[in-house]
Amino acid sequence: MRYVVAKDSRDAVALLNTGENARLLAGGTDVLVQMKLGNKTPSLLIDIKSINGFSDIFAENGGFRIGAAVNGAEMGAHAALKAMWPGVVEAVELIGSTQVQGRATMVGNLCNGSPAADAVPAMLAAGAMARVEGPSGTRDMLVAELLKGPGQTKLGKAELISSIYLPARPEHSGDAYLRFIPRTEMDIAVASAGVNLVLDASGTVADATVALGAVAPTAVVVPDAAAALLGSKLGAQALEACAAACAAACSPIDDRRGTVEFRTKIAGVMATRAANIAYTRAGGQL
Amino acid sequence: MKQDFKILGTRPARPDGLDKVTGKAMFGADKSVTGMLHARILRSPHAHAEIVSIDTSKAEALAGVKAVITGDDFADVESRWTRYTMQNCMAQGRALYDGHAVAAVAAISKTVAAKALKLIEVEYSVLPHVTDVDEAMAPGAPVLHEGVKARKLGDDVSGNTVGYYSFGHGNPETGFAEADEVIERTFKTAAVHQGYIEPHSCLADLGGDGRGELWCSTQGHYMVREVCSEILGIDASQLRVTASEIGGGFGGKTTVFIEPVALKLSQKAGKPVKLVMSREEVFRASGPTMSSSIDVKIGMSKAGKIKGAHAKLRYQGGAFPYQMVMMGAMSAFAAYDLEHVQAEGWDVMTNRPKMISYRAPGAPMAVYAVESVMDELCQKLGLDPIDTRLLNAAREGTKSSYGPTFKAIGLVEALEAAKAHPHYSAPLAPNTGRGVSCGFWFNFGGQVSVSMAINADGTVSLIEGNPDIGGSRASISMMAAEALGIEYDRIRTIVGDTASVGFSDVTDGSRVTFAVGIATINAAKAAIKEMCKRAAKIWEIDAEAVEWVDGAAQPTGHNAGDFPPMSLAEIAAISGKTGGPIAGHHEGAPDKAGVSFGVHMVDVEVDPETGFTSIKRYTAFQDVGKAIHPAYVEGQIQGGAVQGIGWALNEEYIYGEDGLLQNPGFLDYRIPVASDLPMIEPVIIEVPNPGHPYGVRGCGETAIVPPLAAVANGVAQAMGVRMFELPMSPPKILKAL
Ligand SMILES: Cc1cc2nc3c(=O)[nH]c(=O)nc-3n(C[C@H](O)[C@H](O)[C@H](O)COP(=O)(O)OP(=O)(O)OC[C@H]3O[C@@H](n4cnc5c(N)ncnc54)[C@H](O)[C@@H]3O)c2cc1C
Repeated sequence: MRYVVAKDSRDAVALLNTGENARLLAGGTDVLVQMKLGNKTPSLLIDIKSINGFSDIFAENGGFRIGAAVNGAEMGAHAALKAMWPGVVEAVELIGSTQVQGRATMVGNLCNGSPAADAVPAMLAAGAMARVEGPSGTRDMLVAELLKGPGQTKLGKAELISSIYLPARPEHSGDAYLRFIPRTEMDIAVASAGVNLVLDASGTVADATVALGAVAPTAVVVPDAAAALLGSKLGAQALEACAAACAAACSPIDDRRGTVEFRTKIAGVMATRAANIAYTRAGGQL
Repeated sequence: MKQDFKILGTRPARPDGLDKVTGKAMFGADKSVTGMLHARILRSPHAHAEIVSIDTSKAEALAGVKAVITGDDFADVESRWTRYTMQNCMAQGRALYDGHAVAAVAAISKTVAAKALKLIEVEYSVLPHVTDVDEAMAPGAPVLHEGVKARKLGDDVSGNTVGYYSFGHGNPETGFAEADEVIERTFKTAAVHQGYIEPHSCLADLGGDGRGELWCSTQGHYMVREVCSEILGIDASQLRVTASEIGGGFGGKTTVFIEPVALKLSQKAGKPVKLVMSREEVFRASGPTMSSSIDVKIGMSKAGKIKGAHAKLRYQGGAFPYQMVMMGAMSAFAAYDLEHVQAEGWDVMTNRPKMISYRAPGAPMAVYAVESVMDELCQKLGLDPIDTRLLNAAREGTKSSYGPTFKAIGLVEALEAAKAHPHYSAPLAPNTGRGVSCGFWFNFGGQVSVSMAINADGTVSLIEGNPDIGGSRASISMMAAEALGIEYDRIRTIVGDTASVGFSDVTDGSRVTFAVGIATINAAKAAIKEMCKRAAKIWEIDAEAVEWVDGAAQPTGHNAGDFPPMSLAEIAAISGKTGGPIAGHHEGAPDKAGVSFGVHMVDVEVDPETGFTSIKRYTAFQDVGKAIHPAYVEGQIQGGAVQGIGWALNEEYIYGEDGLLQNPGFLDYRIPVASDLPMIEPVIIEVPNPGHPYGVRGCGETAIVPPLAAVANGVAQAMGVRMFELPMSPPKILKAL
């Protein structure tokens, strides 16, 4: 196996395009584990951590652009980012332990393709954009458009993501992410929810996005769940309707981590609890 | 009995601490020698299959492969128990569970060994399998081994039922007839793994001359020597086994899984062979504890007196005959003074890895069932759970439910301490319940050897034969210091290899501090006797006229005061001139171990919307006889409580319909993580064991017994619904709600 440190994203794309069994290496907290287990046996490992700009977070058009190699600890330490997108940052910070946080990236979380990846529902709720670079140039697309299925993304063979953009947001907005795990840390979400809310001056929900994780082959945006919250102040009826919409959107698997019945129930609980947190963060009074 | 101690009860620094935190300690996988090979084991992908053929030729032809073995390389042995162990290490004829070893390779590198495994062609013919205890016991179940069914059993149980035991006295039916309330319940508990951090690892070197060296992570290197020398057909004297520093065992390292394989590969290749299990292999092919199915029936008077009690315990212990349900049947009702009691147990084989001990083996699930029914009776009759237990508690003179009459025991003291503790009267938050449970473990004695050299500089080198899995080196040094009357840090205790000190039983059964302690005190007595003799020689008086006081010889009787005392250091310094080196040793089999009772109390909160249970407060009371090094004792109590909490809430071996283990890793086999737990508050109670000069009982195992029921009882209080199955994972709780 060859290990190469890519100089820039062109270089990385060229290496991906050699026809070898290549893998990108960001934090490595998925890829190295998979190699150790023998599930992945790349012949070329392309380290993207040294690419200029990949480890930076910078303000752009009122939002934030986050480089593909920025790790969870760095996002957690960025006060302005955390203040604007607390839900996305808390989702990333849930990944693993302190040690894992020093390595794991939001892009790696997305590209590993796990339906239970913690950062993904929060990114969906936030309307995050991914900057994709490939042999035919650079394009920006919604993270939601990249999701494909377990262990997959819609990225082309020689494409990579160089950064994620979290847009500017209006006043009275807030987001939150919650997951259910049988323990308190070091586990995989059994069901999870990211919620992003915008309130009007009276505290009524004017805009909402609800996304669920671990209850379908990919994380999913649930428009009906968001619609249930619109025009409400998160009264019992709105939350109940939101939970019901979440349950309806679930098509989970029955496995050692949770039954269909359990996941379906929990998804709504996570969504309504996350909605409450997002509402408070947006300045609403519950 | 001695009561005024200088050293015992203090908390000196751990002798192994620095090496462990700096990485200097040598664990099983840390040893390497020049020219060694790396071994890997090929494992069955089926729950039960006939091995039709194994073709190893392609693997043997691979460059870098030095030896390949299968079950055919092992000759039969005389003892059937050794045969089971051997066939568990390497299948012969049939693969009996998912992960059962079928072949092994030694090669110049791990990579080559892994490649070679893929080149071994095994033809299997899949057979019907069974993994559930009740199904395995039912007539008509696929039988793992013919001809091993327990005698006395009829056609109502299958040939997998390899053991039957019954303990008790009186007639439970008479008791039930006298009771005001009778509750009968059925429980199920999952198989759980000891979860030690260090996987099984060894380095074996067996020459053509039959002389061997084996380095391994084990709780008993003499056991390893006996079993391996029998399997390999060599003399015990020719195989020297050294126990590495151990990264946890909890009973799981009281047998062999890989050592005979590494030795056989080494013999065949003519080179040292290192074999290290992966975590997945540890889960699939080392021993978890038993899963169980249990019926408990208890009758109680309105006042809370137990009138009759009956338990039926069905345990499955995997793919070979075993004997462990007996411990459950003996423990089930041990906490109570009963007129009419019976506990029966059945050992059952299934297509799962062969069970091995796990901390108080057999007791936690039996006590879980009993203490759950006790709690339900208290609830139903409106009785206080601690008062009710006090009313029925076993005490000195009680004829135990398993036969013997108890000497001094500390259950009443533990219950009273629990009742008086502020935890018991603290207010409870919403959705929170408080659970209480008793627990019990026998503790054992067994064979020990200790050898103690008094060095010329006044220090002491002590060798014992029991791997230190819980701080015994510190406790043994402390007992030696106490007995000799010198300072703790003048003594260094090491665990010797099998050629350096006499036989010692495995480190298990909470026996080491008790048994090695007695041997140490006796070895010290022997050394003291010799030192008094030397002083007498110098003083030219009778040896009988010398006594040992505070670490020094002094004249006594009519010679009293004639000479100033001679300290251990002074006697040792001139020992070369007074008759040569001074040492003491003792070999024996002390048998007066004292049983240990514990009472645990826990506050649990259940999230009614998710079924998530969190442990809010936990206090554990335990009679340990005498806490030699209280910090280690507290660690044992806390560790036992945490393992029991894991057993209660999330840990389980999950098998699919296909009989394959679905969660062979720490991600889906969920032991509690630090953030799951509050500080576990240990409360040490000391009711001395009359069978030990310092009152030691042993403390390592009792603490895993009460948590299962304590947590379950707390959950029942919090939810108002009782669970009859462990683990009480969130999906199960939510369903029950
Ligand atoms: C102990 C432990 C605990 C964990 N806990 C959690 C958890 O709680 N929640 C959770 O969601 N995950 C968890 N994970 C999984 C993992 O840490 C996360 O998915 C993490 O975000 C992956 O990021 P990384 O930078 O390490 O990715 P890597 O392992 O470097 O890469 C992951 C995948 O993405 C690809 N990739 C990386 N960068 C790019 C790029 N720029 N463009 C295109 N493809 C790319 C890689 O080729 C690879 O296939 C845990 C892992 C471990 C080891």
